[in-house]
Amino acid sequence: MPDINPRASEHAEIREAVRAACAPFDSAYWQRIERESAYPDEFVRALTAAGWLAALIPEEFGGGGLSLTEASIILEEINRSGANSGACHAQMYIMGTLLRHGSPAQKARYLPAIASGACRLQSFAVTEPATGTDTTRTRTTAVRRGDRYVVNGQKVWISRVQHSDLMLLLARTTPLEQVTKRSHGLSVFLVDLPDAESRGLRVRPIENMVNHETNELFFDDFEVPVENLIGEEGLGFTYILDGMNAERILIAAECIGDGYWFTDRARRYAGERVVFDRPIGQNQGIQFPIAQAYAHVRAADLMRYEAARLFDDSQPCGAEANLAKLLAADASWQAANACLQTHGGFGFAVEYDIERKFRETRLYQVAPVSTNMILSYIGEHVLGMPRSF
Amino acid sequence: MKIAVCIKRVPEMDVTFKIAPTGKAVDETGLKWDMSDFDGYAVEAALQLTEKAGTGEVHVISLGPDVVQETLRKALSMGVAKAVQLKCDTVPFDAYAIGTALAAELKDGGYDLIMFGKMSIDGANGVTQFVVAELLGLPLVHACSKLEIADGKGSARREIEGGGELVSFALPAIVSIDEGIARPRYPSLKGIMAAKRKPLEVRPAQLGEVRLTIETMELPPPRAAGRIIGEGAAAVPELVALLQNEAKVL
Repeated sequence: MPDINPRASEHAEIREAVRAACAPFDSAYWQRIERESAYPDEFVRALTAAGWLAALIPEEFGGGGLSLTEASIILEEINRSGANSGACHAQMYIMGTLLRHGSPAQKARYLPAIASGACRLQSFAVTEPATGTDTTRTRTTAVRRGDRYVVNGQKVWISRVQHSDLMLLLARTTPLEQVTKRSHGLSVFLVDLPDAESRGLRVRPIENMVNHETNELFFDDFEVPVENLIGEEGLGFTYILDGMNAERILIAAECIGDGYWFTDRARRYAGERVVFDRPIGQNQGIQFPIAQAYAHVRAADLMRYEAARLFDDSQPCGAEANLAKLLAADASWQAANACLQTHGGFGFAVEYDIERKFRETRLYQVAPVSTNMILSYIGEHVLGMPRSF
Repeated sequence: MKIAVCIKRVPEMDVTFKIAPTGKAVDETGLKWDMSDFDGYAVEAALQLTEKAGTGEVHVISLGPDVVQETLRKALSMGVAKAVQLKCDTVPFDAYAIGTALAAELKDGGYDLIMFGKMSIDGANGVTQFVVAELLGLPLVHACSKLEIADGKGSARREIEGGGELVSFALPAIVSIDEGIARPRYPSLKGIMAAKRKPLEVRPAQLGEVRLTIETMELPPPRAAGRIIGEGAAAVPELVALLQNEAKVL
């Protein structure tokens, strides 16, 4: 039977090469990583070495110089393979802030190293315990003293810190009461991580529902050199916002990869598992939820391609990027439920991988942006209704 | 060192094949295509030879309609320097016709080594390299599982029943590659991007006379349904009797 993704033959070179890169990391590998709560270091190294995580870095800096559509296909195929992009996707899009707003010296120093894998930029410290999505209330401060900024504060849910060389940090450089716009006065810094814990950064790992290395961070008079400020002081929030559309589209593609994985697994099992002398897929109670989930995955996939097309054409795509992320996250979650239900008790067995993928795809309802925040964006910015919060 | 590798585009084999309405070919509907497995080993082995030597380049040649460019591009993205399509509408079944076209292309190419997979995984004839060797008057080492080139000479290992055979040969030469020599690398992103800027030349194939054609193809007969005789030791006497008297295999 042909691939259930009718666009699987488009961008065939990229898809096949990413599949080949992911193939050695099979079910047994991911089960071991999960059992040991380990970071999939070999997997990330293999993808980095093949250049896939540098897809969006321009060729002049040693990257692939691909379009966002092509980059999204890479993440889709990673998730479709049974893996999860969470361990490495940030390497692909965090560098956008550096690429768009970094100085020539910063770009020349860091981008080639990120492209080659010599330097991992996989962490972005924005969220705080008391501020959540209301980023303008960021309490972490960076105060300039001579040729340094001194950082104090706390961040939470900051992933991959223990497996990154660099981290982007958002901190308030001008107190909220002294700015004319709430979004002003925030700045973005590049933080060197390898020896950071000896210089005033405390990292506390958070055990969580999925095997994503994530942490709480405590900054105590932590110094960052002035040359590590990205762009202009005080404009960091706008730098973050202009990377959101790309992030939404890439995350949507990961959900699409999951959606096809779950649907494929479900329809195969429904065709093989015989109960009462016939395959369970012959029962509408089994068949229809799988078909419905598939329909939603396909529809979300169209929105993802539309959003990516607009992005690649440099056209406004905020609505489509948000819609794609919303639809894709909902579709993958629906497919996950259909797949788990189809497998019955076996779906809960670790060896089937479904329970792991189920937990992983649930995360997309919450992170990197919650479904409700997308709905509020659509209500306010697309449909012109009053701000709901 | 200049190496040419002749590669073939073949269907992936993990499907149930159907015969086309003509009865003389496989129905290509829905088939996925890729470089023949042994040819992939040959490309990898060639790339490793030039990498080890620190000099030289690898070219690939494929014969067929424009769809073979996809296979040639894959080789380019693996690291091959140049690709040549010998264009013809269909790939003849006759290795002499194919070998003649390949020999015409290879003759003045200045290659130190010409490599093939030991056979294509679809036709499985394993003859083309012999035709080319004969037409070019070059020595041929068939089905190498190890290959080294040093000081203008080659040495190779061939797997034979119960052991190995070590051979040496002068260059230029032709070798065909068996499995086990090298696992083909998968294209990296940089490789794919670089491949877009590499030359892919298209020339008409100077096919030799086609003296061999497929008259008809047929699928193996369907297997008869099995029969359960019984369970455990009690079933053994009847099973043995049936194997002796009915199946006549004992």
